[in-house]
Amino acid sequence: MEQTLKETKRQNPKKLLGVNTEDAKVALSYFTVAFVSLLLGGILGLLQGLERADLIQLPSWLNYYQVLTAHGLLLLVVFTATFTIGYQFANLSHSFGGLLPKVRKLAWIGFGLMVFGVALVTVMIILNEASVLYTFYPPLAAHPLFYVGLVFVVVGIWACCFGVFINYRHWRKNHRGQVTPLLAYFAMGVFVLWFFASIGVTIEVLTLIPWSMGLVETTNVMVARTLFWWFGHTLVNIWYLVATSAWYVIVPKIIGGRHFNEKLIRLVVILIVVLNIPGGFHHQIIDPAISTSIKFLHVFMSLSIAVPSLMTAFAMFFVFERTGRKLGGKGLLGWLKKLPWGDVRFLAPMIAMISFIPGGAGGIVNTSNQLNQVVHNTMWVVGHFHVTVGMSVVLTFFGICYWLIPYLSKRQLTPKMNKIGVIQTIVWTVGMTIMAGSMHIAGLFGDPRRTSDTSYGGHEVAASWISYELIFGIGATILLVGVLIQVYAVFNMMFFAPKGETEFPVAEPEDNAAPVPLWTERWGLWIVLLLAVVAMAYVVPIVDMILNAPPGSPPIRTW
Amino acid sequence: MQRLEELWLTVSIGILVIFMIIIGYQTFALSMGPPSHKETLDPQKVDQHERFSEPGVKQIGSNEYEVVMTLESFAFNPGNLEVPVGAKVHFIMTSKDVTHGFQVPGTNINAMVMPGHIQKISHTFSEPGEFLVVCNEYCGIGHQAMSTTITVK
Repeated sequence: MEQTLKETKRQNPKKLLGVNTEDAKVALSYFTVAFVSLLLGGILGLLQGLERADLIQLPSWLNYYQVLTAHGLLLLVVFTATFTIGYQFANLSHSFGGLLPKVRKLAWIGFGLMVFGVALVTVMIILNEASVLYTFYPPLAAHPLFYVGLVFVVVGIWACCFGVFINYRHWRKNHRGQVTPLLAYFAMGVFVLWFFASIGVTIEVLTLIPWSMGLVETTNVMVARTLFWWFGHTLVNIWYLVATSAWYVIVPKIIGGRHFNEKLIRLVVILIVVLNIPGGFHHQIIDPAISTSIKFLHVFMSLSIAVPSLMTAFAMFFVFERTGRKLGGKGLLGWLKKLPWGDVRFLAPMIAMISFIPGGAGGIVNTSNQLNQVVHNTMWVVGHFHVTVGMSVVLTFFGICYWLIPYLSKRQLTPKMNKIGVIQTIVWTVGMTIMAGSMHIAGLFGDPRRTSDTSYGGHEVAASWISYELIFGIGATILLVGVLIQVYAVFNMMFFAPKGETEFPVAEPEDNAAPVPLWTERWGLWIVLLLAVVAMAYVVPIVDMILNAPPGSPPIRTW
Repeated sequence: MQRLEELWLTVSIGILVIFMIIIGYQTFALSMGPPSHKETLDPQKVDQHERFSEPGVKQIGSNEYEVVMTLESFAFNPGNLEVPVGAKVHFIMTSKDVTHGFQVPGTNINAMVMPGHIQKISHTFSEPGEFLVVCNEYCGIGHQAMSTTITVK
């Protein structure tokens, strides 16, 4: 029986696997929220770009800092979270042949909680009650309902986390002695990381609610900041893990190849999950109250995340070369020509991967004590995360849309839509290169980030960066065109594209691949290791920040 | 594949290790570490604090100065500083309200200044000119106006 099941799987996977219709609804609902957020967040991004370039003046009822707060939250939290959940739940449903009914229910509960939370947060921002930016560092104090909204968002994400854990465990129980499908393994990594990442910020937000209501007089600003970055930087690597799931498993199939050695892929997932959380400390390199030796330890901990990334870089280019040569590519670089550059499902994630080279290098600069001091809180950092998130992650997400959305809506990716996708990818690449490139340069001159106007009364130092701000504006305009094309493409593929079958491209292992070791499934052990690394990184500094804390700060509103 | 992969990882991890050694040497042997001062005070009683009751510039050596500065939305106190060329300046700062940044473009001066914490950073101004000082952490609706100058002559 088991043998025949395996036979069928190999010969005709579509018969057994596939996203259940009910699950497709879950994924498409999350994608709808994701791309509405992208549209709104993109428009707000352009408004900022134009205000900084001094081309427009925002009205007093919608000032730069409100726009910036909303842009950050809508894109960094709402867009990425809802896209990730939609995509990962589709992967799980496909890998497991449908979600368990109670897991699907959890996904809907999570959806409701998140939408409600986001609505609450957005209303507070629009009312100018929460111009505290994405990082909401106390003692800047927003309206209590802003923090309550954030709690709803986090609890919504937890509902999805528990759904994944339950379904994963259920599958493992019913498939003794087998390793889970690779995409499900990635999903487990993503949600384990999400759960542990959000603990820090949850503690922070729960202490800020009574403080912002006046029930508690003061708060420890240093601890709050540290807990925020526990979450804030881990989030970055959650996106990155989501993107790598497509790089390792989806892209090889699209180019007609096989995936890399599965043991190594799983090792990369384990390393990203285990090593990640302490990376947040490099956001605090020039903070007071953390000793240089602790900061140095964190340079090491942040840099260690580069190791799985370097493994990924090797693996991906290995797969490209092998596939290109199999397709007849000759000579040193002839295999590159054999790759399907005209296929948006390949082109978008490929450019995403290439942009991870400068993105990762910039990240290494940012984690390094002295170099960080040169660029901290300048536009360099903004340029950096527009390359990493805005290109490496987002272009991968966009590329996924072109097969996943028609697959879920039982429609086709037409050649015309593929062409629109290719154009979108080029527009996005050009826009982001112009914008992020000029941001990096302006940052090196010292142009501060998160500032509505950096002319400083026409001071000559400010003159060195002011012309670059015009280039940010040009880049932001091109990017909004990219957003509009993408949003059009997504909703067209969801509701209007011609009906039909679309492939869910999952790469197979090489024919002579070694069996995947079962020890990679020891999630209990990986979680213990994750907690051990978190303890190594956080116990000493946080205990120090609490025991040697100054009297706390009261809530302050400076807007 | 295995050998190539090992080579790739050895070289790249080797580069990271060299990176760490350089950063460590600069931090601990050359004292170039980032600003990390650990003294604290009551953020609501900065004016009564022995050190911050009278912010200002004090000469402490032949061409060495100490600048005691408070930051609050949206000003540096004292502002518009003047120091001679070649002066070594030690900035001792705290915030009276929210988190601020203290950045002087064109130098390596860049530090977070937080309520309840005293932050220190030193710099030798070897070139004459007027340096711009900006707050580089969002501190409220007037954040873009929070700046001052250091004139070196």
